[in-house]
Amino acid sequence: MSNAVREGVLPIAEAHPWRFTTREPTPLARLFDNKTFLVVMCLTPAVGLLVVFLTYPLGLGLWLAFTDAKIGRSGVFVGLDNFDSLFHDRIFWLSVTNTLFYTAAATVGKFGLGLWLALLLNHNIPFKSLIRAIVLIPWIVPTVLSAIAFWWIYDPQFSIISYLLKAMGIIDYNIDFLGTPWHARLALVAANIWRGIPFVAISLLAGLQTISPSLYEAAMLDGASSWARFRYVTLPMLMPVLSVVLTFSVLFTFTDFQLVYAITRGGPANATHLMATLAFQRGIPGGQLGEGAAIAMAMIPFLVAATLFSYFGLARRRWQQGEADE
Amino acid sequence: MASVSIRGIRKSFGSTTVLHGVDVEIADGEFCVLVGPSGCGKSTLLRMIAGLEAIGAGEIAIGGQVVNKVPPKQRDIAMVFQNYALYPHMTVRDNMAFSLKLAGAPKAAMDERVGRAADILGLDALLDRYPRQLSGGQRQRVAMGRAIVRDPQVFLFDEPLSNLDAKLRVNMRAEIKGLHQRLGTTTVYVTHDQIEAMTMADRIVVMQAGRVEQIGTPLELYDRPANRFVAGFIGSPAMNFIDGEVVENGFRDQGGAVWPLPPGAEPGRPAIYGVRPEHLRLAEGGLPMTVQVLEPTGSETQVLGHVGGSPLLGAFRERIAVAPGEAIGIGADAHLAHLFDRDTGQRLLT
Repeated sequence: MSNAVREGVLPIAEAHPWRFTTREPTPLARLFDNKTFLVVMCLTPAVGLLVVFLTYPLGLGLWLAFTDAKIGRSGVFVGLDNFDSLFHDRIFWLSVTNTLFYTAAATVGKFGLGLWLALLLNHNIPFKSLIRAIVLIPWIVPTVLSAIAFWWIYDPQFSIISYLLKAMGIIDYNIDFLGTPWHARLALVAANIWRGIPFVAISLLAGLQTISPSLYEAAMLDGASSWARFRYVTLPMLMPVLSVVLTFSVLFTFTDFQLVYAITRGGPANATHLMATLAFQRGIPGGQLGEGAAIAMAMIPFLVAATLFSYFGLARRRWQQGEADE
Repeated sequence: MASVSIRGIRKSFGSTTVLHGVDVEIADGEFCVLVGPSGCGKSTLLRMIAGLEAIGAGEIAIGGQVVNKVPPKQRDIAMVFQNYALYPHMTVRDNMAFSLKLAGAPKAAMDERVGRAADILGLDALLDRYPRQLSGGQRQRVAMGRAIVRDPQVFLFDEPLSNLDAKLRVNMRAEIKGLHQRLGTTTVYVTHDQIEAMTMADRIVVMQAGRVEQIGTPLELYDRPANRFVAGFIGSPAMNFIDGEVVENGFRDQGGAVWPLPPGAEPGRPAIYGVRPEHLRLAEGGLPMTVQVLEPTGSETQVLGHVGGSPLLGAFRERIAVAPGEAIGIGADAHLAHLFDRDTGQRLLT
């Protein structure tokens, strides 16, 4: 106990003549305290951006899909003509199956490898932060830049893969990665997986880090093997994050354009066209704006399905709900 | 059920040594409490018994079998964690049945055991809830239920009550002690709260800075603390320590006041005199204690003040009406006094 208190002195108030005062708020401060003003003020930029850059192009695309617009000609309403011709278009259907295959294969690959990488990074391994930084590189590099790198890797003459396989004596000819349909499709899937892993790995790692280590310790004492800990602790606890990441990944992969257009431009002979690249190909270089827009619109049902899946799949699980009784 | 032997355990994290050779023998069926301030190594020791922490040196045996290299799941122990570590995505029933399910128990056995545990702990109505929907005390009980369905050889508790409010803590304390009396399973319980240790333990291990300070029953530690640390740690409010020297007729503090001492101390020796606040009594014409703060608690009155130059806390059954600054007369009893070496802190009187 200090001497000051013992002797009944209150030293703080007497230390200096300065006193606390309450100040009148300025008119500006009062304006920002007004809730209505604040709501309008904060929402306007966001809503404005959404309307100008999202709602308007979407609406315009929807309108174009029902017209015969070409570049330089505004076109007239033609009803479902564009969709009717697409229905009989083999290349369109090929792009649909390509897109489905591309999305499915790349998603499986990204999640398999991404989850594995995330589990690895969640352990105490040496140089963890360095490795984590390296893992992010594919995501940081501009897509077109990495596409050019893959273009080199897949080059029919100078491919490093062919070179290495030949050097190891496994093959004695160069693989034509981008010249045959299935080689090209698989090559694109590989490139997409490479690019997509960081997003999946880092997101899942964030999810993994929210799982309390004591749960694993409790499971260990409960007799769980490492597989059982993964199956009964990690996976169910990761599910909420996993389904969000899965939905986003599916949406991004399904609408992928850059990587495919930069590496193959849909070739050879339209064999690797995705719906997005075909829409662009028909609409801009081909000039058929109406048809391109119709192909783009045809993606919407798939995207809506994926979003609905996420909506129902992501509905908060019962165990995540708050403290309140039922 | 099994005994637990801890022999010469050492542990370092990097260059920091947290345990400097700890030896504890815990008998079969005993309720042993490891107590000490934060960072004394008690939790590390418990985690080593559980197998969650590698053993640096020495050995730990459970039921006579050295378990240094035995993985946690084969040690046949159950642990209650400070944060309960309930699986949030499982119902209370599934949480409790998890170890049985992993062990491949038939459904009938699982239902019966979980039912029995729920019955003992009063969880029957909560079996289909998720941990989020439970209160702190209920979660605590589920964590205990998860431990007892396994019928393990040893229960380990890692500060299980520190997340509960004061009142619930007192209830759960009694509940855990009752559970131990009912099941008779060897229990190792870690806490930093000496009251928990005193009220629950058969035997207490007081630790500080990675060393065992004293092992004994609660009353042994209270009556005959082996050193100044134990004397100050056990008992609430804490023991008063007065610096001074032994004289012919007692102990003289630095202000000249003479305190009673039992015979046996060598006169002229500088020492620390220890007396518990509850062992001071009001005495007309006793040592004059200047009062600074009065704390009435209803059952007793705690008085903070000083005698001579030494700050002193007294706890009296009487109600005292004095103003701060006034003096009261106090006395102490020779047979309740403690004496410690000034340098080593070791107990001097036998």
